[in-house]
Amino acid sequence: MNSGYAVPAVALVVVATVLVGAFGLRISRTTSDFYVASRTVGPRLNAAAISGEYLSAASFLGIAGLVLVQGPDMLWYPVGYTAGYLVLLLFVAAPLRRSGAYTLPDFAEARLASQAVRRLAGAFVVGVGWLYLLPQLQGAGLTLAVLTAAPDWLGGVIVAVVVVATVAAGGMRSITFVQAFQYWLKLTALLVPALFLVLAWQDDGADRRVFDEPAAFREQRVVRVDDTLDLRLERPLSVTATGTVDGRRYENESLDLPAGTHRVDRGTELTFTAGDPVPVADRGTGGGMSDSLAAGREQRPLYATYGLILATFLGTMGLPHVVVRFYTSPNGVAARRTTVVVLALAGAFYLLPPVYGALGRSYAPELALTGDADAAVLLLPDRMIGGLGGDLLGALVAGGAFAAFLSTASGLTMAVAGVLTQDVLPSRGVRHFRLGTVLAMAVPLAASALVGGLPVADAVGLAFAVSASSFCPLLVLGIWWRRLTPPGAAAGMLVGGGSALCAVAATMAGYPAHGSLHALLAWPALWSVPLGFLTMVLVSLATPGRVPPGTPAILARFHLPEELVGGKARGAVPDVPEEGEDTWARER
Amino acid sequence: MPQDPTERRVVVTAPPRRTTRAYGYYRPRTEIDEQTTLGHTYVRSLMRSQLRAALTGFAVLALLVGPLPLVFAAAADGRLEWAVLGFGLYAPLVLLARWYVRRAERNERDFVRLVEDR
Repeated sequence: MNSGYAVPAVALVVVATVLVGAFGLRISRTTSDFYVASRTVGPRLNAAAISGEYLSAASFLGIAGLVLVQGPDMLWYPVGYTAGYLVLLLFVAAPLRRSGAYTLPDFAEARLASQAVRRLAGAFVVGVGWLYLLPQLQGAGLTLAVLTAAPDWLGGVIVAVVVVATVAAGGMRSITFVQAFQYWLKLTALLVPALFLVLAWQDDGADRRVFDEPAAFREQRVVRVDDTLDLRLERPLSVTATGTVDGRRYENESLDLPAGTHRVDRGTELTFTAGDPVPVADRGTGGGMSDSLAAGREQRPLYATYGLILATFLGTMGLPHVVVRFYTSPNGVAARRTTVVVLALAGAFYLLPPVYGALGRSYAPELALTGDADAAVLLLPDRMIGGLGGDLLGALVAGGAFAAFLSTASGLTMAVAGVLTQDVLPSRGVRHFRLGTVLAMAVPLAASALVGGLPVADAVGLAFAVSASSFCPLLVLGIWWRRLTPPGAAAGMLVGGGSALCAVAATMAGYPAHGSLHALLAWPALWSVPLGFLTMVLVSLATPGRVPPGTPAILARFHLPEELVGGKARGAVPDVPEEGEDTWARER
Repeated sequence: MPQDPTERRVVVTAPPRRTTRAYGYYRPRTEIDEQTTLGHTYVRSLMRSQLRAALTGFAVLALLVGPLPLVFAAAADGRLEWAVLGFGLYAPLVLLARWYVRRAERNERDFVRLVEDR
């Protein structure tokens, strides 16, 4: 890949982000602007900002890589990310906005009037936020390393510095503009190359084998194995090898591998012939976004699929950067309409990664073996089109990938910094918010330097599973059930979220490597979410005396339309009619 | 209060009320504002209708998505999975969301009409 165009493209995205942020800074004058953009962000701008923030590195690069390596089952990820917003809309969106909560801890305190529950929720927010920030920084490092010869840590540092500067300087108002801009940038950066790729595919005879299982090599291809791996073969396979296979050295010799597992040492070159099925690689240590908990999937595919569905469907509502965004809507009705637009925008975006995944299976199948599957989106334009056009399209994709890291990392930093400022640092104020921003980004940056190769898809999956088992029960029961008590909420969050956290931590540490226990621990949502709900309900029922006295009034505030609350309006700024809001009203 | 018949009659003026309703006209809105038991009953009825809408939407989602992994496992052809998961599900999700938002807003409008009595 020619880095001559990619580096300027990445630089352009970074500069444009800073400029749009500065434009927001010029109109960000009050403290209210700074924190919540004065709660006057209309559905369209807010929806673009939410989508821009939500479509992270895992969406931009990770899905295509996962699909390339593990096939169409992995398309449940984007479906789950989108459907999660639908569940959020159904149960949470409008009441959450009307609750006046800026962060999840605010919500916990407003609903349960308990400082202890507030602190617990704050701890979970910071934990989930940091878990989610880690893959963004690692993805940035990977992108820059693939495009140029830059060291792995450089991309993460660039993202960290730009995000801290934009968030600390402009706050929510400027972030809203930056993220809305980045949604459209990301969409363009995937859409335009995808159109050319599909044209090139048509030109190539529109080979329908890209959808077949398993993927096959379409031409003779030499694959260089960068990291020692175990090759799992369903059927015997003949390859030409230079290097070490199963402990024996080969020098450009052809060998017949029987079905089973074979160890291929690093540095080995394997030559596959056209029509060979792409073998499955087991990589113990992982290293990229696409090396997910693959073993668990194959042992219990159905269980794993349902676990993934539950975690993503219910986990979205508890992601810290999602909640903060809802507070910038002027009222509950706008919050709902915003969510519908987000669904449409995210759905439109998610039509594109499968295109890259499918074409990658046919045109760059060796990525599944070399461990760089996440680079499929970045490499395909060069591979399929080539020449100047391929370079330019590749540069566009690289810029979009950086926009993905920047926007998600901004939103998460904003949310984590909000919690740190309100609950950890001594006094409130914009200056402390800026200190919180630095702190919010410093910890995951240090962690990414220390931990190194934590599999990125697992970190994202873990964040969703923990969020689904802790915040989903808190939000749903808090909004719809009047008998929830502070001890119940605390116990439910600890038992549900804590057990999900322990389960995935145990899996990552390599504890039970096989069997049904492994599948149960690797995909915890299926049991940890019901466990969280059940604990919350049972402990609340066991402590009926602890129902907060103001519960009926608080629930009334959550559910009553704003016009009925009249004089007790919560917004510092009066509700402003939004352009576009009345288009729906007319259809009634 | 007992009236003193010897008190002189005085003219009391005030800015005209915005509502044209007669004095003492019963408004459920007051019950909600003052958080009486009756007011809470009104709020509960709104919550119930909104929860019913949400649960209906969730049930449709579960019926739409729930059987899919079983269908894919049963059908050997991977192309069905590509078509449905890759491109087929997003439009129904958006339509379901629009349906829910209309229903939730209608519930709220009906409720406002009820308690404002207009």
